[in-house]
Amino acid sequence: MRGGGLLLSVTRRLSRHFATDSAPLKKTPLYDFHVANGGKMVPFAGWSMPIQYADSIMDSTVNCRANGGLFDVAHMCGLSLYGRDSVPFLETLVIADLAGLKPGTGSLTVFTNENGGAIDDSVVTKVKDDHIYLVVNAGCRDKDLAHIGAHLESFKKKGGDVSWHIHDERALLALQGPLAAPTLQFLTKDDLSTMYFGEFKMLDINGFACYLTRTGYTGEDGFEISVPAENAVDLAKAILEKSEGKVRLTGLGARDSLRLEAGLCLYGNDMEQHITPVEAGLSWAIGKRRKAEGGFLGAQVILKQLEEGPKIRRVGFFSQGPPARSHSEIADASGEKIGEVTSGGFSPCLKKNIAMGYVKSGLHKPGTEAKILVRGKPYDAVVTKMPFVPTKYYKPPK
Amino acid sequence: MASRVLWASRAASYLRISTFNRAFSTVLKDLKYNDTHEWVKVDGDSATVGITDHAQDHLGDVVYVELPEVGSTVAQGANFGAVESVKATSDIISPVSGEIVEVNDELSNSPGLVNASPYENGWIIKVKLNDAAELDSLMDFEKYTKFCEEEDAKH
Repeated sequence: MRGGGLLLSVTRRLSRHFATDSAPLKKTPLYDFHVANGGKMVPFAGWSMPIQYADSIMDSTVNCRANGGLFDVAHMCGLSLYGRDSVPFLETLVIADLAGLKPGTGSLTVFTNENGGAIDDSVVTKVKDDHIYLVVNAGCRDKDLAHIGAHLESFKKKGGDVSWHIHDERALLALQGPLAAPTLQFLTKDDLSTMYFGEFKMLDINGFACYLTRTGYTGEDGFEISVPAENAVDLAKAILEKSEGKVRLTGLGARDSLRLEAGLCLYGNDMEQHITPVEAGLSWAIGKRRKAEGGFLGAQVILKQLEEGPKIRRVGFFSQGPPARSHSEIADASGEKIGEVTSGGFSPCLKKNIAMGYVKSGLHKPGTEAKILVRGKPYDAVVTKMPFVPTKYYKPPK
Repeated sequence: MASRVLWASRAASYLRISTFNRAFSTVLKDLKYNDTHEWVKVDGDSATVGITDHAQDHLGDVVYVELPEVGSTVAQGANFGAVESVKATSDIISPVSGEIVEVNDELSNSPGLVNASPYENGWIIKVKLNDAAELDSLMDFEKYTKFCEEEDAKH
């Protein structure tokens, strides 16, 4: 057996970005807890993270949707912007309509570069007009902080009132699945039934001062919980105990399967510096006012694509044969190359191959037949709407 | 698992789980093994090939097996197919050279046989051997068991 691609999409990309094989891996506050619970630790973005526990990635993924999963995502970078000009400042860097966000709500957004390409994706929340809380990818931490920091300096030099704080004193946990809210409700007095998808609260959970966002990376109802680092293990234990073992510690392997089933991008695979949010199918995340006014890096490119349509588009595929993997070529029926797969794998919940990739505009409509080349052989594929597995976001009744 | 390029070996090494609470894999006495975790069962000049319990355990749930064509040839040390799990693709390296006389078509419908029964129902190909002397370069069950222990201890 020659291992040719465990988390190929993630690890190969990361070994290109992070040639720090010799640097010691960082550990989250839950490292010992993972090992004690059978976690299989692997390097990820410079951290030692659990790829799975005793149960298989398949079982873990299915369990998250049937019951719930608890994920250590403390490797991700949480930060806050403070000051009267927090909103106008951040609006120069992201596509979201932050001014229009109701306080205590957030959204997925994209940090863009001068060419309209994606620097990173992020969940950004307007806590109040002078406080923005955001979480960026672990793999992009250094790049993002350098980018934000540089722009912050120039903004302040022009008299802007904004400062930042990186929340290294906190750890992020993700609790996802149908049992997420019921389990968490045991641990807090706040009524979670009126907290909807995208909303944010600062509250006590299990006696700890937490930042809670009703969001996630699985398509299920769930939360991301920012807890003081020294309380992270106790909170994790409390959550697992309250669920009577139904919510299980879940690793990065299942996390990747879950997000793929939910049709969510993985930065570094499905979104990169040369891909715009329009091409990635995230035009909905560009605020209406932002579409009219611009004012973010790369706006001219993006606004033009909104008007004329992008040349390539991100789509989902079902395919036959072996699972399509990142960089597999997509061809039309005559064998001509029309695109490339950016993420793919076997869906534990649907029990079939799913993949995401980019194809030439015009060939992106659901039902379009194509071929995906795996190890040189073409296999039938069909463009499919995403999410592959229906999402269960907790939205207010209509 | 053998590797040709750095990322493949790193990827392969991620498949090595801590032996924290895992029982030892089964190694059968009458088979021979190569250092990439394939087994071969010899019967005269005919041989059956598959992957070991150690290999399937590290790989996780097998979701697809790419089988070669009947009639094609395999060479000792060369790959002849692939096994796919949820997250990884692994080449299958032949421990022997010869002509492929049969492939296990059952694996198209039930790739999980490789996990459930790696030495019996999860067999992959049957080969008409070219050169029985090749078997001498393979490991017996004792050497292979030790080889697995040493590999796991490294991670």
